[in-house]
Amino acid sequence: MTLSAESLVKIDREIAKYPADQKQSAVMSALRIAQMEKGWLAPETIAFVAKYLEMESIAVYEVASFYNMYDLKPVGKYKITLCTNLPCALSGANDIGGYLKGKLGIGFNETTPDGKYTLKEGECFGACGEAPLFILNNVKMCGSLTPAEVDKILAELE
Amino acid sequence: MEQILLKGLDGDRTWRLADYEKRGGYAALRKIFDEKMTPEQVIDEVKKSALRGRGGAGFPTGLKWSFMPKNYTGAKYLVCNTDEGEPGTFKDRDIMRYNPHMLIEGMIIAAYAMGIPVGYNYIHGEIWEVYERAEEAIDEARAAGYLGNNILGSGFSFQLHNHHGYGAYICGEETALLESIEGKKGQPRFKPPFPASFGLYGKPTTINNTETFASVPWIILNGGEKYQALGKPNNGGTKIFSVSGHVNRPGNYEVSLGTPFAKLLEMAGGMRGGRKLKACIPGGSSMPVLTGEVMMELDMDYDSIAKAGSYLGSGAVIIMDETVCMVKALQRLAYFYYEESCGQCTPCREGTGWMHRMIDRIESGKGRNEDLDLLLNLSDNIQGRTICALGDAAAMPVRSFVKTFRDEFQYHIDHMKCMVPASS
Repeated sequence: MTLSAESLVKIDREIAKYPADQKQSAVMSALRIAQMEKGWLAPETIAFVAKYLEMESIAVYEVASFYNMYDLKPVGKYKITLCTNLPCALSGANDIGGYLKGKLGIGFNETTPDGKYTLKEGECFGACGEAPLFILNNVKMCGSLTPAEVDKILAELE
Repeated sequence: MEQILLKGLDGDRTWRLADYEKRGGYAALRKIFDEKMTPEQVIDEVKKSALRGRGGAGFPTGLKWSFMPKNYTGAKYLVCNTDEGEPGTFKDRDIMRYNPHMLIEGMIIAAYAMGIPVGYNYIHGEIWEVYERAEEAIDEARAAGYLGNNILGSGFSFQLHNHHGYGAYICGEETALLESIEGKKGQPRFKPPFPASFGLYGKPTTINNTETFASVPWIILNGGEKYQALGKPNNGGTKIFSVSGHVNRPGNYEVSLGTPFAKLLEMAGGMRGGRKLKACIPGGSSMPVLTGEVMMELDMDYDSIAKAGSYLGSGAVIIMDETVCMVKALQRLAYFYYEESCGQCTPCREGTGWMHRMIDRIESGKGRNEDLDLLLNLSDNIQGRTICALGDAAAMPVRSFVKTFRDEFQYHIDHMKCMVPASS
């Protein structure tokens, strides 16, 4: 198991931000980069990151299991994380949650049988002014959602 | 009304270095070097401004800066807390995506004032697009000679880097944030020692919020007294309020501290559907809730809100109209603190789960008569008994919701249903 040369260049760029004896500081970025390449963090991916950063595997696993945007199990091609916290709920997040569940035929923390979508419930993204909103694959924020807007976004995903 | 942080911005079109320079950007930094202001003079100006920490605690910024050991010769660090995850708060995201250079300039000035060679900006995991933009902004500043070695020929050097979080509310707590930069679980440290003596990698460190740093260039350019005068005594300057919930135009509004809440509500387009304001959390979900009647008489500054029994916090104003069931609202918040407790201290780890389960059962009509007093007792036994403020943050909403809207909670227990018709 290894990561692509492109991912390693990205990780090296992160390592360079910290003092030479503090490679461990790049672990969050390294895990993020690894997850973006592999889709999720398998034990062997975690072991690879540990070796690369000269850390114990268990120390890397501690980080991977603490922060909730890391996926320690396979997820669908498209991971949709919907914020349902209070400010979003006041602006209709639960209705959008219901619409997504109905449309995809799954509940929170489930993946469609074809492996295309995973639906998750998230905590505050710090973007409540655009509620209701979800994040696609940890990187793209989609706000001011209506059922029509959800349809449009999903239709654009292959 | 005077604006500082959001002035002259045009969304995604005006965030680049050239736009910031056109708005007068980096003039404060040039002023410091041209007029040979000493670090002490810079700190004095910030003290005079009465700028208080915009992240939630409201600690006087100039005083915090003066805690950094002056003659310490080893490594020192400057850290910006852009880990904005307090429910209702979304101001730092807008500063970062629309005005990132103002934050960078503020950090360079702070670094100069405290003699710090290296800084990190910790950016909330969920805002990846903002992180990418922040990386570009730092590259621009470096290429233009504002960051790096011998900045603008002054002899002062400062390196700045972005650190991307990955989903943990607790990392907004400053020592958890430091642990996170060190590549560990974000679990808060016991204090003392405080970061000014034992911070990042065990070195003296100053941590400020994004909005705090971004306010500094204006203070240097226009003087601390002028900044102070924009607000009220002990509550200097302007503040961005993030207004969310049942208003017509949710969004960020930068106003002078001391602006009446009624004026802020009007700026946000008033109540959605013309409904009645029932309740408001004036400073982010961790702060005590206030009734609509109290809010309508309130001025938005640290001291006025504290006098009314809540806190300005991060400036997140969560608006709830008469259709809101307060039990349901608290149920969601209680789940949040349970989910985000780092698990280190027993009162918080066990207590947040206990509160969450109790509020769940009240909401679903299985509440017991003794539950309300037990909830109050429990929140008293969490608050002040944990390493960090997450315990307090979990306890304060519970106590204030139950005390302020006790009849509504009691109705749920007595009638096994909600007293608010068609609650959302």
